[in-house]
Amino acid sequence: MATTATAPTTKSWGGGKSPFNVEYGKVMMWYFLMSDAFTFGAFLISYGTIRFSTNGWPDPNEVFKSFPFAPEGMNAPLVFVSIMTFILIISSVTMVLAVQAGHNMDKKGVVKNLIWTIIGGIAFLSCQAWEWNHLHHEGAWWGSNPFLNHDGTASSTNFTNYFFTITGFHGFHVFSGVIINIIMLIMAMTNKFEERGHYLMIEKAGLYWHFVDLVWVFVFTCFYLI
Amino acid sequence: MSHTAEHNEHASGGTKEIIRITVILTVLTIIELIIGFWMIDIPLSSVGVRLALKGTIVILMMAKAFYIVAYFMHLKHEMKNLIMTIVVPLALFIWFIIAFLYDGNSFKNLRNTYDPYFKEQSTIKVEKKEHGAAGKHEGAKEEGKKASH
Repeated sequence: MATTATAPTTKSWGGGKSPFNVEYGKVMMWYFLMSDAFTFGAFLISYGTIRFSTNGWPDPNEVFKSFPFAPEGMNAPLVFVSIMTFILIISSVTMVLAVQAGHNMDKKGVVKNLIWTIIGGIAFLSCQAWEWNHLHHEGAWWGSNPFLNHDGTASSTNFTNYFFTITGFHGFHVFSGVIINIIMLIMAMTNKFEERGHYLMIEKAGLYWHFVDLVWVFVFTCFYLI
Repeated sequence: MSHTAEHNEHASGGTKEIIRITVILTVLTIIELIIGFWMIDIPLSSVGVRLALKGTIVILMMAKAFYIVAYFMHLKHEMKNLIMTIVVPLALFIWFIIAFLYDGNSFKNLRNTYDPYFKEQSTIKVEKKEHGAAGKHEGAKEEGKKASH
């Protein structure tokens, strides 16, 4: 008797129930994110390979030492990028809160937290735009590298090529994430989810947004810290 | 069992868990930054210390990635089948990283051994130039030097 009662929960593939216990869209979002992880992974491993195959590399504390509105020549390594990192972490937290509010069918909570997430995303993009603009003014761009290696020898353009390609690709993901979140916000405000009876769509947008934060953890470490 | 456990997590663990993970992520990031600031003052010659600190930063990075995926993306509370279909393919990265970084390093060693020009170029010190135009000029001069060789 006991065995017949437990049988349905142990046999995931026995039929009659969803073996992953999540809806189709969420499974597909996971697989999309997995493929996206391979794209980012390929970029970062390629960067690592090139960096390992050269004798010198620019010092990130020398390259990323400026801050908006700071006096010329101010030396503030890591400060600006840590602010960017915290912006993204906090916006990830507000996204979790939005998902949680969705679980409780709390429309006000969803709207409020989505707005904070969107603000965080836009703030991050603005920071990145400032940084790119600043580096461009210093003469850094695809194919041009004004910085010297850490040991004072001449550096190749590999450094700037990888930096702009990978942070650009990540920035594009943040941009699409902000667009997705804006669409979610509009749908929540026009009661689309209330009519459906669930906020599952927010969860999928949330997965994408956390993935963007996750990638930044790796980009931040690989380019700015080590 | 997994079904009911999951629902309990949704209902009670919720906000508390989010706060806990936020604190963990913040603390890990701050430790990373402290190590980063510390590394500025460590000379390039002490290779071992720098490598150890970089290794520590990478471990902290992996920890942050785990907390984001497991709790924020909720993967830890999904069914084991789903976790496996995502984590197992990503395990390929372990091999990718080892193979490619080893290859890059080996290429560097080969060039340093058999390509004297490469070795020489990476030991010539360039005097420090400040900002934009000067840097570009420097680059152009380097190109010229390379061409004349």
